[in-house]
Parts: sequence; structure tokens; C-alpha cells
Amino acid sequence: MREMIVNELTQAVQDLARGFAHYLPRLIVMLILAVVGWLIAYVVKVILRSILRLIKFDRLSENAGASQLLAKAALPSATEMLSRLIFWVTWLGFILLGVSVLGILGLQEQVVRFFLFLPRLFVAVLILLFGMVAAGFSARATLLAAVNANVPSPRLLGLAVRSIIMVFVLSVFFEELGLAEQTMLVAFGIAFGALMLGLAIAFGIGGRDLARGFLEEKFVRNKKEQDEDELSPL
Amino acid sequence: MEDGNFLTDDFLRQLINVGEVDILVGLPTHNNAKNVGSIVHTIRDGLLRSFPRERAVIINADGGSRDGTPELITSVSIDDVRPDSTVYALRTLHAISTEYASTPHSGIALRTILAAAELLRAKACIVMSPESGSITPEWVSSLLRPAYYDGFDLVCPTYRRHKFDGLLMTNLLYPMVRALYGVRIRESYMPEFGFSGRLGSQFLGQNRWNDGTGDNGIELRLTLAAVTGGFRICQSFLGEKNPVERRAADLVPTLRQTAGVLFSALESDFQAWSGVSGSQDVPTTGSDLELVLDPLRVNRKRLWEMFVSGVSELESVFQSILSPSTLAELKRIAGLGEEDFRYPTELWVRTVYEFAAAHRKSVINRDHIIQALAPLFRGRVFTFVVENRKGSANDVANNIEALCLEFERLKPYLVEMWKSKE
Repeated sequence: MREMIVNELTQAVQDLARGFAHYLPRLIVMLILAVVGWLIAYVVKVILRSILRLIKFDRLSENAGASQLLAKAALPSATEMLSRLIFWVTWLGFILLGVSVLGILGLQEQVVRFFLFLPRLFVAVLILLFGMVAAGFSARATLLAAVNANVPSPRLLGLAVRSIIMVFVLSVFFEELGLAEQTMLVAFGIAFGALMLGLAIAFGIGGRDLARGFLEEKFVRNKKEQDEDELSPL
Repeated sequence: MEDGNFLTDDFLRQLINVGEVDILVGLPTHNNAKNVGSIVHTIRDGLLRSFPRERAVIINADGGSRDGTPELITSVSIDDVRPDSTVYALRTLHAISTEYASTPHSGIALRTILAAAELLRAKACIVMSPESGSITPEWVSSLLRPAYYDGFDLVCPTYRRHKFDGLLMTNLLYPMVRALYGVRIRESYMPEFGFSGRLGSQFLGQNRWNDGTGDNGIELRLTLAAVTGGFRICQSFLGEKNPVERRAADLVPTLRQTAGVLFSALESDFQAWSGVSGSQDVPTTGSDLELVLDPLRVNRKRLWEMFVSGVSELESVFQSILSPSTLAELKRIAGLGEEDFRYPTELWVRTVYEFAAAHRKSVINRDHIIQALAPLFRGRVFTFVVENRKGSANDVANNIEALCLEFERLKPYLVEMWKSKE
């Protein structure tokens, strides 16, 4: 009986040792991949940060209004944020590659899904960046045109243009990521509808006096100004 | 020689029929049938009186008129000189027309005229505005003689104008061109001007016509090209600009064609202007500044309101363009009441220079920078109108001179900003 127990124990220890010996090289490979991955990710981050600084990405982000949002949330600059994002995505990719080497069933499928997800993430980030730039540009163009045309509440107009574009960009961003597509579609519909309804109500009720003032100013004053000489800039 | 492929075959055929000429008169038009008939007759009279022996041609570059403008011009022939006229031509006066596009574009129109001048080997040319209601035959002579007889390459006009006319010219373009390039040209963005065939060919070859940047504000580009190219420039007094031309021009497009073009030119001309100090007069025939002092009703309140709302609404835009001290000062004066409000000369000059530097660095979209200048310019116009409301011609001239000297004094500030990387 005693001998049987000893045999079983010995067998178990041997199996464990065999299993450990079997996994040890893979574990070492995984660790090496993680360390090498960290180094590569760090180098990529440094290079990317230099390129972004060279092309004045922070200024682009400032023009798009992203820098202000980041500053309000006490986050680093857009260049730093994007560099860190790329660092983590790269390193995570290497770690997952290492995990797949371990050959753990179930994990490999997740690793493959992660790598398939990367192009979509890249496209989604690009859409978000260009969307923010387009929204910032359009908002500023609207603001300037409204100020020079002497239209009331130019900042509100600029904000409305920015909001409409950003709602659209965010819906495309989430759709590209494949995150709760139906939910995002419905949310976009609700948000866009609410925005339009809000604007309609605001202009109809809150802006009644503003609209009257605008129309009066536009037509009554224009009539008055016909009697005044105009200055030619040239 | 510039590639003349953009000229139509029909136009080239007409030019070949004309042969070589001594004098070319360019007339860019677009639906100007109302005035163009009398203008062409005046031009013809001017040519017959002052240059009866010279071979001359009137070239009409039309931007798609639908009111018969080109026909009115080409119908002017040497045979229909009025019977009571005391002048006779000894040579044929040609008048030919080409439609360069279906929409008007001053850049393409001038390019067409310059190309025609080069192909016809014209010695001297003038370009006349189809809207110059006050044109007289003497204008033709005043603009052509310096280029044809005296060897000048660019003849800029000067006019008798109301003291509140052309405020963009007197408050920005003239003082800035004078301070930076060192030449005192009153009208660097001119509706009428004369030039030599030499300058025309040089400009035709060097201007960037095809990348879309060389077409805007073409008259100012020509002036700056003449200055930086070392060409001989003079001014010629033409007389009074017709008051009907004092119309409500849209400020923003005008700023694009003047301030926008000047700011862009500063970039490529840095070597030419950065070392210049002070300024020199250019030879001038007649007066270089005559002011009319008739009373004029100006809506000052609207100018002030648009300045105040502009400073308030565009603060986020100005933060990218202006230095903190200039912006703070602008906010301070925007807080003053209409009675107390003044846009000081030094602050205006600093503002313009900071806009020019921001334009160079493209801190935001360049067109947005130009648009943002409009409300500030209105504030400056308000101040100019208030300060010179009761001023004599001398007072106004002295104020303009003081502004010019301020532009010259602060020039090192612009150079310093220009050289700084950020």
C-alpha cells in the first residue's frame, strides 16, 4: 500500500516535471517575445513621437479642438497620446504572440481575433482623427463666415456644425470598430434627432426674439443704410 | 517665352493678322456693356491724340459676357472716328476680343493680355478697368508715355480720391508695401496701369500661373514682381476716381486679393525685403495724393459693433494668431464704449505684422487667418474715420504718413517673428 502511494506520488511529480519541462522553453520564448516586443514598441513610440512632432501634429490637434478636450481631461498632448497608444498596441501584440506560443487552447483564437482587429482599429483611429480635423475646420469656417456676415450667435453656429460632424464621425468610428453596431446606430439616430429637435425648439421658442431682431436688423437697417454712403476698401 | 497654349486658335489667328504693334491696350471685361462702349471710345481717342503714328491694338479678354460686351469693343474701328473729330490716325487701330473662360477671372484675363503683348512684341502696354467711369483720353497718355518714351517698366496710377475711399490701401497695403519693400507706391493694387513689354514678358514667365496660387490679386503680384526684379517704377496722376465706383465691395474677398497676396509674397520675397530699411519715393508725374473732403455719412456704429463682436467671438482664433499681449490689448479696447474707442496706430501695426507672421507659419488655415483680419480692419476703419472726420487734406495726409512711419519703425518686430521658428 505504502509502495503504491509512493509510486503514484513519484509518477505525479514526474508528470509535473515533464509538463514543466515541456512548457519551460515556451514560457521562455514568451518572455523573450514580451521583452523584445517592449523594446520594439518603445522604439516605434520614440520614432512615431519624433515624426508627429516634426509634422506638428499637436497644432493639427489644436486646430481640430482635440487638444482642448485632452487638456480639460488632464490628459497628455495628442502626440503623446497617439505615441502611447501605438506603444501599447504593439507591445500587446507581442505579448499575445508569446501567449499563443504557450499553446493554451482557446487563447489562440482570441489572439488571431486581436490581430484581425488591428487594421480596423487603425482605420477607426484615422477616421476619428480626420473627423476631428474636419469638424474643427468646418466649425471655424462657419464661425468666421458668421462673424463677417454679422449673423447673430456665430459661436453657437460653429458649435452646432462641430457637433453635427462629430456625432456623425463617432457613429462611423464605432461602426468601424464593430462595437455594438445596432446600439450605436440607434444612439446616433437618437442623438442626431435630438440635436435637430433641440435646435428647432431653441430657435422656435428661445430664439424667437433673436429671430425677430435678426430679421428687423436685416431688413429695417438695410433700408436705413441705403441712405448712407459706403466705404470702398480699395 | 511663355507657353501660349492656353490661347485659343481663333485668338491666335487674330493676333497673327495684327502682326507686331507698338502699343497694346488690355481691357478685361465681364458683362460691362453699359460702360464699355464709352470707355473704348475714350481709349481710342486717347490713342489717336497721343500716339497717332504708333501701331496699336485693343485686346479684350472677356470672362463670358452675355450682354454683347465683346461685340461693342470689336466694333470700334478706325473708320468710325467722329466726323467732327480733330484727330486722325495714321495707322490701323485693331480691336480684337477673346473669351478666355465662361466665368470672369482677373488672373487669367491679365495672363491672356500679357501673352498677347508678348506675341505682338508690344513695347508699351496699359490695362484699363471696364468700370472706370471717370476715364478721360489723358489717362491713356499718362499711363503709356512713361513706359513708351521714358523707359519706365511699371506705371502705377494715383488719383484724386475721397479721404475715406480706399481705406484698405491707406491703412494696410500702402504703408506695409512701403515699409517692407522700401518703395512708396500709393496704389500697388491698381485697376489701371501701364507696363513695358520687358516687364510683361518677365512676369509672364516667372509667375506661378498653373498651381492655382498665381492668379489671385494679380495686379499686386505684378507690382511686387517689378519691385523685387529691380524694374523702373513710376506713378502717374490720372485725376478723380468716379464716385460711382465707391460701391460696397465685399471686404473678405478684397482682403484675400490684397493682404492675402501680400502675406504670401513676403514668404518668397524674404531676401528682398528683410534687409531694406526706410523707404524711397518713386518718380511721380503730378500729385501722388489728392484728397476730396466732401462730407460722407458713414455708419460708424456698425463698424464699431462688428469690431467688438469680432474680438469677442473670434477669441479662440486670435489665440492662435496673435501674441498674448496684443490680444489682451485688443480685448481691452473692445471693452471701451463707442465714444472712447480708438484702435491705436502701434497696436494696428503690431496686429498686421502678427497676422503676416501667423500666415507664414500657417498656424491655422491661411484663408481663415485672412478672414479673421476683417473685423479688426473694421475697427481700424472706425478709428481712421473718427480721427479724420474734421481733418483737412493735410491732416489726413499727415496721419497716413504717421502710420507709414510706424510700419517702418516696427519692421524689425516682423523680421524677428519671421525668423523665429515657432
